[in-house]
Amino acid sequence: MTDAVVSDRAVPVYQTAEFERRLRRRYAAEKRFRLYGIAAIGLALGMLAVLLGSVVAKGYTAFWQHELRLEVFFDPAEIDPQGTRDPAVLAQANYNTLARNALQSVLTDAGSRDARRAAGDLLSVGAAFELGRMVMDDPSLIGTRRVVSLPVSDEVDQLLKGNVSRALPEADRQITDRQLAWIEQLEAKGDLVSRFNTRLFTNGDSREPELAGLKAGLLGSMLTLFVTLVLAVPVGIAAAVYLEEFAPKNRLTDLIEVNINNLAAVPSIVFGLLGLAVFLNFFGMPRSAPLVGGVVLALLVLPTIIIAGRASLKAVPPSIREAALGIGASRLQVVTHHVLPLAMPGIMTGVIIGMAHALGETAPLLMIGMVAFIVDAPSGFTDAATMLPVQIFMWADSPERAFTERTSAAIMVLLGFLIAMNALAVILRKRFERRW
Amino acid sequence: MVAQTQIQARADARPQGGVAPAVKMEARGVKVFYGAKQALKGIDLDVRDRQVTALIGPSGCGKSTFLRCLNRMNDTIDIARVEGLMTLDGQDIYDRSIDVVQLRARVGMVFQKPNPFPKSIYDNVSYGPKIHGLAAGKDEMDEVVEKSLQRAGLWNEVKDRLREPGTGLSGGQQQRLCIARAIAVSPEVILMDEPCSALDPIATAHIEELIDELRANYTIVIVTHNMQQAARVSQRTAFFHLGEMVEVGDTEEIFTNPHDERTQGYITGRYG
Repeated sequence: MTDAVVSDRAVPVYQTAEFERRLRRRYAAEKRFRLYGIAAIGLALGMLAVLLGSVVAKGYTAFWQHELRLEVFFDPAEIDPQGTRDPAVLAQANYNTLARNALQSVLTDAGSRDARRAAGDLLSVGAAFELGRMVMDDPSLIGTRRVVSLPVSDEVDQLLKGNVSRALPEADRQITDRQLAWIEQLEAKGDLVSRFNTRLFTNGDSREPELAGLKAGLLGSMLTLFVTLVLAVPVGIAAAVYLEEFAPKNRLTDLIEVNINNLAAVPSIVFGLLGLAVFLNFFGMPRSAPLVGGVVLALLVLPTIIIAGRASLKAVPPSIREAALGIGASRLQVVTHHVLPLAMPGIMTGVIIGMAHALGETAPLLMIGMVAFIVDAPSGFTDAATMLPVQIFMWADSPERAFTERTSAAIMVLLGFLIAMNALAVILRKRFERRW
Repeated sequence: MVAQTQIQARADARPQGGVAPAVKMEARGVKVFYGAKQALKGIDLDVRDRQVTALIGPSGCGKSTFLRCLNRMNDTIDIARVEGLMTLDGQDIYDRSIDVVQLRARVGMVFQKPNPFPKSIYDNVSYGPKIHGLAAGKDEMDEVVEKSLQRAGLWNEVKDRLREPGTGLSGGQQQRLCIARAIAVSPEVILMDEPCSALDPIATAHIEELIDELRANYTIVIVTHNMQQAARVSQRTAFFHLGEMVEVGDTEEIFTNPHDERTQGYITGRYG
């Protein structure tokens, strides 16, 4: 009996079957854990790919728009019968007629009154405006014949892009059989061309999808974010530096810290209500203005910037502070010469997270009137404006088929804006980064 | 050139040799509390001009705390409270009229772990003179930097790479850079908190030689755990134990003929 125990012990403990089993279990657990990690990353990447893929697949066509090449006679009798060339007269002229005359001359059976109207409907409402603008810019066009490119209506564009099937029965589509025949006639002649859709970037919002653009939203976003940046960054950094480096550690500062952390979790619409009550109703600031939007978003992102700023200030090794204090630097010099430059990359990360958050925010803007139909791009901080996410929201709500692809395109533009902003921040951060 | 003469002038202004060495800093009944905990229980100690005073004692005995009182680094700790009298050239350094920033320029400090700024070697040394306005123009600053690095015995090793980061140097070089940085603001007293504890024996020997040379121009207070080091570099030694100063005297006497039993126990290695 005793012998058996002794001989058992003589076998090296780490070579027994029990230990091998344990070792195998440990290896298996480690392998499993790695697999979980890879699976989690794969899942996240997969979701992202599906999301981006569907947005791009739906939206990329919106960057192209079909135009009709048409030889237009700028008829003096129609535009300026008196020959005064008075801009007021030129602005009043009926350019629709010019377009319809031109269409009538290239299409078969387009002579009757209702046929002329149906043919005219192939073109966008904006076509007449564009002809008018050409004449206003250059009155010498009057009396000449020119081949011009005019935008087609959104229904025609959708049909040409294949988003609406030509095989549908006439009652189920907005293009009549007669119009379809004309379209095929023009296609055969090669007069329907697909061009890069510059109107998407140069126009404001419109009820007509083919004319609707993001300029107002883009400019509104830029103006609003500028206000947010100018307000939130200095205030946020100053607050973080004061709380971390100068404030005494007592009940009051603890309370402030807890409140800042809680503020970061307040639903954004509450900030919108605050903006409505304080800035619009109490201070009487203008409705729908980037100024107010910027202030509200600055309040929204302040906690994020303060929290990130404090964390990165805390991460600066205390030995650097001691070194500077030890050779007689004042506390302010310690902060501005040493601690802040070293904390800057982390602070920049906080700022960019905050700004990205602000860029994508919609709910608080709802309360201060920035969910608005804005045709003219804002030219100042107090003009009525909207922002990109709001523009996306409104387009997504529009019934026209063509707005579906434009919504996705607007999302792509928003993401592009975001990536550009992040890239800028990364470049700035690299410049500030130092090793120690 | 002007900066050099400044350094020179200050050195000349001090009493040379004399009968009894003048007292540079004086502590009387210094007590320090960290919150409710008392770290120092009434320390009386004289730091003599242009001598090396070593503070020895087991961990947690309060020697670093005492050292940090000498340039008011304890002010930066919220819960620390200092009582008692502490003077520099007879002037109370805890007096309201004393500017703590100026005091720290006069009483420089070298820390346990080398802590160069993440900047170039040149910027590390020039930072102090720059914020105190000790050098007018680039030429003067170059000279201050060169002189400080020479005194710290680092010049020959780094003169060709002054623009490289100070953090790229070896541990011993970094510590000498920190000493050069402290010297650059022309302090009167240099406090060293275990300056060699993170260094290898060769780098340590380097620093010890340097301390011996610096003694000619500066008053030095050094905290060390290494008793041989205390014996090698210091003229006076103070033994701290549990927040009290047990004994102070000439180094030779402390190490050969200590009066207190605790001192004897510590230096012979019975505890500590």
